[in-house]
Amino acid sequence: MRVNLHGTNACGVACCTKIEHVSVSAGMEMILDDVSLHMHCGETTALIGPNGAGKSTLMRAILGELPHSGDIRFTNAHTTVPIRPVIGYVPQTPRFDPQYPATVCDLFLACTSRYPVWLPCGKKRREWVREGLRMVDVDYTIDRRVGVLSGGELQRVLLALALNPQPQLLLLDEPSSGVDVHGLSMFYETVERVKESADLSVLLISHDPDLVCKYADRVVLINRRVVKSGTPDEVLTSAEYKALLG
Amino acid sequence: MSIRNTAVLGDIMQVWYAIVDLLPFSWAEPGQGLFFKNALLAVLLIAPLFGLLSTMIVNTKMAFFSESLGHGAFTGMVVGTLAGFTEPLWGAVVFSIIFALLVTVTRAKARLSSDTIIGVYSAVSIALGLVLATRGTGLSKLNSLLVGDLMSVRPAELLWAALLLLGVVVYWLIAANKLVTISLHRSIAMSRGIRPVLSELIFSVVVAISVTVAIRWVGMLVINALLILPAAAARNLTGSMGRFTLASVLLALICGIGGCIGAYYIGCAASALIVLCLGGCFGLTMLARVRS
Repeated sequence: MRVNLHGTNACGVACCTKIEHVSVSAGMEMILDDVSLHMHCGETTALIGPNGAGKSTLMRAILGELPHSGDIRFTNAHTTVPIRPVIGYVPQTPRFDPQYPATVCDLFLACTSRYPVWLPCGKKRREWVREGLRMVDVDYTIDRRVGVLSGGELQRVLLALALNPQPQLLLLDEPSSGVDVHGLSMFYETVERVKESADLSVLLISHDPDLVCKYADRVVLINRRVVKSGTPDEVLTSAEYKALLG
Repeated sequence: MSIRNTAVLGDIMQVWYAIVDLLPFSWAEPGQGLFFKNALLAVLLIAPLFGLLSTMIVNTKMAFFSESLGHGAFTGMVVGTLAGFTEPLWGAVVFSIIFALLVTVTRAKARLSSDTIIGVYSAVSIALGLVLATRGTGLSKLNSLLVGDLMSVRPAELLWAALLLLGVVVYWLIAANKLVTISLHRSIAMSRGIRPVLSELIFSVVVAISVTVAIRWVGMLVINALLILPAAAARNLTGSMGRFTLASVLLALICGIGGCIGAYYIGCAASALIVLCLGGCFGLTMLARVRS
């Protein structure tokens, strides 16, 4: 379901994330220059741009990993008092050491629970993990070592993690790298399903124009600063897009 | 230590000796070989401790870093002894903690490779320790710090080992999840509010304290093996954190006890024999893994 809340006065009815005048520099070099973005819940915003444009940097700044100037604020649907959002983050599919002695259940518990992962799990806890994994159709991986999962399976496990606890902002960093086509559509279908049932903004980084067309409600083309923003059609057919990404 | 505390400690040790005396071995004769019975209790206390710490040292690939902590502990003991403390352990622990903090912070901030920084600290600290130890006071104390002397354990020292074990278990209950998450994926950890540098700093300090307490018994030359081998062997056998941790602790205990008893009969340094046992176990587990 395509959503376009931009241009309407959606801030009063839907929750929103405002990224205002964010700049990140490394030494003398400006990696991000005065980037502003406005996302509403229920929307998927795609960040596109050439390599080195600062897309991952923006995501890391939102996560608080990098020092930055400017403001990142989130407001709930019915108030104007900004709060710190719960952020779910799905990184690019990492390469886990195949020998690392942790199962998917261990990873899930280590990330989401205070219960020591080296103690026996218990039925109730295990069921809870299984429920979380079932949301993204990977409950069958619960006892598999994290290092032996396929790219698609790992991507979905990380999505299950990112959705626990329920986030208000979901950051997806190039979900298509290293994942097969079938795994990818399952992944996005899950994101869409979750988006419909909860107050969730999705920000995704992608190099794939087809994906962007299919799943994004808004597209922001950045190259250190915001070059163009609008609907996928507007941005992908624009002169600026053609100049930067051919 | 107060007279009352000494009496309590004496009682606890009597209970331990009574348990050991039940065993049908020549070293389990009542009233004899107390040095060996003390050593056995020391192994029972520090083996599980090292088994636990070993799991995350291996998972986070900190073997080289933990080697440098051994060097820092060695120098800390030398400094503590020379500074004239009645109990050099205090000075040693403080020195080791400062050392661990320095290395961790330098690694996080400096632009040199981690390897190089650790190498520099490692080399300089041991050189400092050797200069101080060999200057005038002679080499006699040096030997026990380098090779370790498990048979010289005193009951009062066992109390520190017991407290340390308790402390590490409590720490492991609180911090293990964070360390696992950080070692699997740093960005995910940060996205969940974990601060990797702080967690790693605390972990380094815990390892530094553990190494310092154990160094007189195990020796600087082999102490790092205790921090690597149990988990390295356990990794070949297991695929989940629960079983991995249990295997690491059990291997450390079995080889610890076996090595200690073996050293009694052979008449060699107990710590070195313990490490040989661990090495043997590692070889066997490797074979088992390759076969399956």
